[in-house]
Amino acid sequence: MGALGLLTLVLGQYMGLFWSPPERMMGDVGRMLFTHVPAAWISLLAYTAAFFGALTYLFTSRRGADAFIVGCIEVGVLLNVLLLIEGSLFAKPTWGVWWTWDPRLTLSAVMLLTFVGVLTLRRAVSDPDTRASWTAIASIPAYMTIILTYYSVKWWKSLHQLQSSPETVDVSMTLVLRLNAVAYLLLAIWLIAERARVAYREAKAEMPPLPPVEKVT
Amino acid sequence: MSDFAQIIAIAKRELYLEIRNRGRWAGLFFFAFAVLLMVAFAAPSTSVLRANAGGVLWIGLLLASTRSLDQSYAVEMEDGALEGMVLWPVRPWSLYYGKALSNTLTLLAVAFALLPLVIGICDVSVRGSLSDVVLFTALGCAGLAAPGTLYGLITAKARGSSVLLPLLYFPLVVPVILSAARGTTLVFEGDPMGQSGSWLGLLWAFNALHWSLSGLLYGRIAEDA
Repeated sequence: MGALGLLTLVLGQYMGLFWSPPERMMGDVGRMLFTHVPAAWISLLAYTAAFFGALTYLFTSRRGADAFIVGCIEVGVLLNVLLLIEGSLFAKPTWGVWWTWDPRLTLSAVMLLTFVGVLTLRRAVSDPDTRASWTAIASIPAYMTIILTYYSVKWWKSLHQLQSSPETVDVSMTLVLRLNAVAYLLLAIWLIAERARVAYREAKAEMPPLPPVEKVT
Repeated sequence: MSDFAQIIAIAKRELYLEIRNRGRWAGLFFFAFAVLLMVAFAAPSTSVLRANAGGVLWIGLLLASTRSLDQSYAVEMEDGALEGMVLWPVRPWSLYYGKALSNTLTLLAVAFALLPLVIGICDVSVRGSLSDVVLFTALGCAGLAAPGTLYGLITAKARGSSVLLPLLYFPLVVPVILSAARGTTLVFEGDPMGQSGSWLGLLWAFNALHWSLSGLLYGRIAEDA
């Protein structure tokens, strides 16, 4: 899965840099969108998966669900950092500033801080069951920031553009965007699976050993 | 005892504890006042302060709220009182709503004490209606107390709680600070373009969401604690 994701990413980035035409208004700067937008999409998806993982844990208390939440949040945070850096690199030539307190940008940074807080909470709790329970609980209100971030461009006057649709974007760009999104998705799935596997093994190692079985005579 | 009676009884208990320890309210007020002064010193001119008076008020209240929420569980952390609280014959959400109501009223008291000072220090004339100021203040304090009461319990038992509570809590209450600060500033200016309604809507939505969500989640944390 990881190898496939990497190959797709290489192809997608190559097409974004060399095959797709330059954007009409922004020129070659517009090529940044082929990596910035997929990073945004997949980070929101990872956080959404963490939200459903949290609900699963609260109803079933399965350690696998906790491991899944950890994987999703960590990958989501990684992609969140990437999207903020890429967005900043895109903003400088297009808006003339590295950063502005635009609703979408501000809420994206808030989204990152919220989930970093959830990860920090995990480090502060030593009991594994309590840690898993509180992570799930903290993830649920944290997810509300995702909804705010996604709709911020519609609800407030934002410098950031509104969500585009295939009807308004040329097919040569839509194809490259979707290819890069698939690449990011495959890599995210692989990273989440690997991280969840490690987290599950760590959780199992923390469990106390079973008491010895007494022979019944 | 009905759920409502339980909530009121718990809120009364919390408020009696607050009133018995008068130093706590005074401490909260002076802490918020000190923050206000620091912001005023950092501002380059009075006109900047005047244009951002709402923000000045809500920064002070936000920082005061972290102290208030920390201290609201300090009593329960002593001598296993938290376990005793969990064993009370009340529903978990009654515990939450009672505590959150008490935290809201505490913040409101600090807010109403700070308002005249903000108006004086920032040299603001309140051109809008006083009832709008009260509404924004009440909803803002409720918006801070709702998630804060939940996270206050989580961080009270965790290590490094002094850092953890702001880290978890501040990003979550950004919508409250944004809407309360902008709304309060607009009301001070008389809201000539009629924009305060949308900020009020955001505050109502935030409160509706977090007061219901946190009430549902509180019982699980209380059991684990």
